[in-house]
Formats: sequence, structure tokens, C-alpha cells
Amino acid sequence: MTSLPIDQLIDTQRGLISREIFVSPEFHKEELERLFSRAWLFVGHESQIPNPGDYFTSRMGDESVILCRDAQGKVHVFLNSCRHRGMKICRYEQGNTSLFVCPYHSWSYTTDGKLQGVPLYRALYEGTLDRAEWSLIEVPKLEIYKSTVWASWDPEAPDLMTYFGGAVDHLDQVLDCRDGRPGGSEVIGVQKWILPTNWKFAAENFLGDTYHNPSHRSVDMIGIGPSAQRGQRRDNEYAKGQHVWVGFPQGHGMHSVHMPEQFDYQTGYAQYPEVEEYFRQAFYERQRRLGDKARLLPFTGNLFPNTSWHGRQPRALCVWHPHGTTETEAWRFFLVDADAPAFVKDVLRHFYMRYSGPAGMTEQDDMENWLYATQASKGTIARRYPFNYQMSMGAYKVDDPVPGMVSTQITDQTPRNYYRVYARYLKGELWDSLLGRDLAPLRDAAE
Amino acid sequence: MKRGLAWFELKQEVEEFLYQEADLLDARKFREWLDLLAEDLVYFMPIRRNVKFGEQDARENTRQGEGISWFDEDKWTVTKRVEQILTGVHYAEEPLSRVTHMVSNIRLLDVAPSVEDPLEVTVGSRFLVFQSRVEYENYTFIGRRTDTLRRNGESWLIARRELILEQNVLLAKNLSVLF
Repeated sequence: MTSLPIDQLIDTQRGLISREIFVSPEFHKEELERLFSRAWLFVGHESQIPNPGDYFTSRMGDESVILCRDAQGKVHVFLNSCRHRGMKICRYEQGNTSLFVCPYHSWSYTTDGKLQGVPLYRALYEGTLDRAEWSLIEVPKLEIYKSTVWASWDPEAPDLMTYFGGAVDHLDQVLDCRDGRPGGSEVIGVQKWILPTNWKFAAENFLGDTYHNPSHRSVDMIGIGPSAQRGQRRDNEYAKGQHVWVGFPQGHGMHSVHMPEQFDYQTGYAQYPEVEEYFRQAFYERQRRLGDKARLLPFTGNLFPNTSWHGRQPRALCVWHPHGTTETEAWRFFLVDADAPAFVKDVLRHFYMRYSGPAGMTEQDDMENWLYATQASKGTIARRYPFNYQMSMGAYKVDDPVPGMVSTQITDQTPRNYYRVYARYLKGELWDSLLGRDLAPLRDAAE
Repeated sequence: MKRGLAWFELKQEVEEFLYQEADLLDARKFREWLDLLAEDLVYFMPIRRNVKFGEQDARENTRQGEGISWFDEDKWTVTKRVEQILTGVHYAEEPLSRVTHMVSNIRLLDVAPSVEDPLEVTVGSRFLVFQSRVEYENYTFIGRRTDTLRRNGESWLIARRELILEQNVLLAKNLSVLF
């Protein structure tokens, strides 16, 4: 059991959350011990490792891992550390290999993780070292969903679909083709950067913190969307929809939009007529394919704990890796439909680059805010005063108009729900609790 | 290229141009800086990757025109960056950062059609961009630069700028300075 007074510091009933969880090294340590060692984490995308022997060096929590497709085509995730003396066995970001050879003492491992080569084995280890026991450390749980690869270090973790719960309906809108065919995305690039903030600031932002919109006024004023209109940073295809802020018992949360029964295509790429036509066609095809389900459109979201998305304009997954108490290493994976024409991909990638990441005109302002919110919360006096999460207290319904705990106004309900689950991980609770299987009372409280 | 008087004059002129350009940026004369950029500008900074020996040429840098880089943009986008700073509410640059651009190792790599009649010049250089932000933040961006300059009357226009930043994981929260 943790010695930290979790329930005092995380009071989701009153909407008060201590700054300690964002700045204290003890919390950082407990998160790595109890949260990142159990939760399902995003590791990569199959488009990054299409062929046998392909690998992509990824990260889970604060540790390096190798996402790899073995010679037989099976996907693995290994801790990137030699079993002998711990050297990182792979310091390349991506590539193809038949063996991972440790640079230190030359132990080597096949792409399915087995220890193959031990120099001078006969002379030095015969009779003592059983190679079969010294394979690479492999995640006990790995699942692939619509080309995205997820892993957990907890052998008791539930299957991925149980972990996602109802959040998968929203994730689908990110991963599915723009014309509604399931899956079919590819990663066209990964940006990695260090930001001096606690990782939860970023994750929480994507949970549905629509309240921070004023911080993006500059980019709204100049207009950087693919229709290049002043007064907005993207086109507003959601104008006629009901914005919904949705939370799920597993801690996931998102801001999506539930469109009316009848809704038509909204111009999104006016600057590029061919692209506009492509997306217009995709829109009608998606409606035809999905019927009533096409009414759900994604905006932003965060799968517990640290995988965020932008669903349409732009379209990306972003993992906020803890990198020390007040540092985060962000990895943003940009997505397109793999079979989209080159001219569509070209317009999208340009928009992604000018919107997202450290060079992104929108996201730069977020980074500034997260940094100084972290810095200004470190002080002895500052830490005595909790953050306020009291917005829209109690103002949500269950399964109306979409499944989940649903607010139709901007709300702190999704972060309150997120930190309630976060507290349970830190207290080392069982999976039934982490999945929120006891949350029936919440349903009554909501009405 | 024959190093006659015309060559030395051209090199001197190009160096002076690049120093003046740096002065404009550091003096925050962003509009005037935009006037030095050609309408068909290519402004490119790849992401650098850790690759196996022998694969550097093929895979180390992301490529202009495909996938995701730090910058792969045109004058319209660079102009938007300037407009954003000038709104006064671009918080990543409000208050403005203190920035110094240092340019060195300037070399004439190619001159067309001739040194005597230079209409287009390819210039190699190194950059060191130092950004000091608010109270305690500071970032140092160091790398190699290749510019294509196009004759514009008495001066030049920057038609292409390629910036090879010597970092893998970006060790800065933002790339909000102009390079």
C-alpha cells in the first residue's frame, strides 16, 4: 500500500485536487510503480513494422521498449535492455534486423526475443546459463486493435476491449477510414520532444478541456485551417452538432460531437478543390456505411492514462510519456488513411505540421501554459492550495445521447472521473475497481 | 569557382546579406524579414533519426515533400507564423523571447549563371540560434543551413532554406523562433 494520503489529496467529490500530484517526486515514483506498470499503453502502429524483422523503438512509461515483428510475422514488445548487464540493445529508432546484438558484451537476441549468442558460452557458461531463461523481457499482454499496438506489464490486466469499454466508439472515429471502412490508417511520421511539464497536464487537456479555447485566440485570429479562413484555426464541421463531453468508468474521456439525424457535408478544404471533393465523397460514403453511427464525430480524447488523440483536423495519436516529475516526452504519431491519394496526404501533412507539435502554431500555446502551470505549482505555499475541478458539478447524464457519462456543456466531469480512476491505481486496487465495475451508484447520482 | 575579385565581392555581399537578415530577426522586425523571402519559398527543417551506420544518407533525415518534418512549408505558412506573433496573444511568444541568430562558416556552394553575373547563389552556413524566454528558459539550436538566394535588384531573396538541426528528440518545448 502507498503511504501517500491519496484520498485527501484527490477529492473528486468536492472537485479539489492537490498540486502535489503534478509536482511531487513521490507521486511520480508511485505512478511508475503502480500505474504505468499496469495500464494498457499505446506502443506503436503496425504500419511502422510491416515486414518480418521490422522494429520500432518505443517507450512505455519511462522505459524504452522495442516493438518488433519476428521472422514468423508475430508482433512482440520487449524491454530494451540486455539481460546480462542492462545495456540498451537497440539505439536505432526504426529498421529491420534478424538479430539484436548488445554492443556491450555481444549477447544477441533473435526477433522473437530468444537469447541466441553468448560469446565464449562453452568455456564460460556451460552447465550454468540456461539460454531459454534469459530471453528478452517481454510484455505479458499485447493486443492489436485496428493496426494500433497496445501492451501492459500486468499479466492480470483485462483484455484490451474490456479496458477500452465504451471509449472504443470514439477511438474508432480516429482509426477508421474517413469513408467509414474499419481501420486502414497509417502513421506518416512521429515527432518527439521534451516539454518541462507534468505529463498529466497534457493528458488532461485532451480529455476534453474545451475551456482552454481562449488560449488559442492567436491562431483563430490568423486562420491556419485548410480553408484558410480568418477567424478560425480549422473548419467547423461540428456547427450543427451537440457537443458532448464523455467519461467512461475506466478513466477514459473525450470531447466528441453528436450530429443531428440529418446533417450535410461542411466545407473543410476549400483551398484545395480536389481534396475538398475527396472528403465530400468520403463523407457521404461514411454516412451510407455507418447509418446512425455516422452521427458521432471525434474532436479530442484521452485513453487512460496517457494516449491522446485529435480525431479529424488534425488527426493524430499523442503519447505523453513521464520523463521525470516535471518533464514529459511527447511522441505524436500522425495518421492518414493508408489508401488516400498522394495529393490528399500532402495537404493533410502540411496542416498537421502547422497545427500540432512544437512547431505547431496551435499547440505551442498549450506548451507554454503547461510549463508555467507546472512551475508555478512547485512552491511550498502553492502546494497548499488545490486546483479547482468544480466546473459543471453533477451536470451529466448517463447514456444520453451517447453511451457513457455524458455532459452537454463544458465540464470537469471527465477529469474528475479520470483522477478518481488514477487514485485507484495509486492505491493498488484490483482490476474490478480499476475498470469501475462498482460504479452503478454514479448512474443514480447523475439524474 | 575561380576566386577572382568578383568571387570575393559576391561572398562579401552574401555574408552581409545574411548578417543583415539576422539583425532583422533579432530586432524583431518580422514584417521586414518576410520581405526577404521569395514568394515560392521552401522552408524546411527535417527531423533527424538515429540510424545504423551506412544508412545515414538514405534514412537519417526526413525528406522534404513527404511525411512529417519539423518544418516543410511555404511563404504563406511562414507569414502566418509572423502574423501570429504580431497578434500579441500568441502566448508561446508573449512576452517575446530574446533571440540571437549567429551565422558562420559561410561558403558559396554554387553560383548561377556565373560569378560575374550571379542571379542565384547557393550558400552553406552554420547557425546558432539562442533563445532566452521569460525568466529562466533558454534553448540553443545549432545546425547547418543551406540557402538558395535569388538576385533581387541590389539585394537578394531567400528562395530556399534548409535547416539541419543537430537534435533527435527535440530538446525544446517549442520551435516558436524563426530560423
